[in-house]
Amino acid sequence: MPSARFAVRFLLCAALLVPTFHIAAQVESAKPPIVLDAQQEARYRALLPELRCLVCQNESLADSQASLAADLRYEIRGLYAKGASDEDVKKFLTDRYGEFVLYRPSLSARTALLWAGPFLLALAGLAMVLALVRRARRSAAPPPVPDAEALRKILDEAK
Amino acid sequence: MRYAIPIAVLAGLLVLFMVGLQRDPRLVPSPLVSKPAPAFDLPTLDGTPPRMRTADLRGAPVLVNFFASWCAGCQDEHPYLMELARSGRVRLVGVDYKDAADDVHAWLGRHGNPYASVLADADGRTGIDWGVYGVPETFVLDAAGTIVYKQIGPMTQQAFEHNIMPLIGNRESGNGNRGGQP
Repeated sequence: MPSARFAVRFLLCAALLVPTFHIAAQVESAKPPIVLDAQQEARYRALLPELRCLVCQNESLADSQASLAADLRYEIRGLYAKGASDEDVKKFLTDRYGEFVLYRPSLSARTALLWAGPFLLALAGLAMVLALVRRARRSAAPPPVPDAEALRKILDEAK
Repeated sequence: MRYAIPIAVLAGLLVLFMVGLQRDPRLVPSPLVSKPAPAFDLPTLDGTPPRMRTADLRGAPVLVNFFASWCAGCQDEHPYLMELARSGRVRLVGVDYKDAADDVHAWLGRHGNPYASVLADADGRTGIDWGVYGVPETFVLDAAGTIVYKQIGPMTQQAFEHNIMPLIGNRESGNGNRGGQP
């Protein structure tokens, strides 16, 4: 009977999930949850994708499953609950881990090349293209047309 | 020569990639180097004294080693830490990061205890203040309690002799005789 088979499969799949509930319950119960008001929660959710997880560097703090990322999310919630601004939270992280945690580092003498680099390279490329075009145009230009005076001279010489 | 500029650009890129691609992106330089060690107040593992604070690290250079019984790299560096402890060249303080007391007691029993003191950072909160992102990490503090170096990953003889010893000097020549280093 197909419905019985479906029920068995469903129960097997559900059984697979049981250990994950257990783990999730353990993680959640370790620390009391921090409740944020709607505005704080919105700022928390907007900032997390801007922050790099140092354990798995290609993931943001919003996505990372690393235990440090979970700890930092908890810290950041705690900061927002205490009324911290986005800048306060960024400073908390950069004071400890450096600018590297910000996917968009602030503009300073140290990061100027990072920010200006792509534009400088684009300018260099543009200059190169212009130089090549100009050179190509010059070599392709027809030889100067001699004027009437010069032509007469040539004809005189040919006589 | 006609191709001088392209060849120069190519050579520049090659050098850039050879240097850049050999750097380990996992080594994130710490902004805490050359700053005072962050404040902490942690229980000790053996209870004597019951707690230790940042001020207790001052007076002589000290290596503050964040480790854990669950960490493979810590096992790699452990024999060298034991050797360092036996030589008495520097004081070692261990911070047991996100670990259970039973586990770390068993681990130190099995591998030996190189630390003058072991502090328990059970929830990892002190680790965050010190910018720890993966054990083992070792901070080198001078006698004034300023962080002078951070070793990310296992401590090695090479790192200790070449990078750390020149910064902390010999204990014997500690009284203002910094220029006496070869």
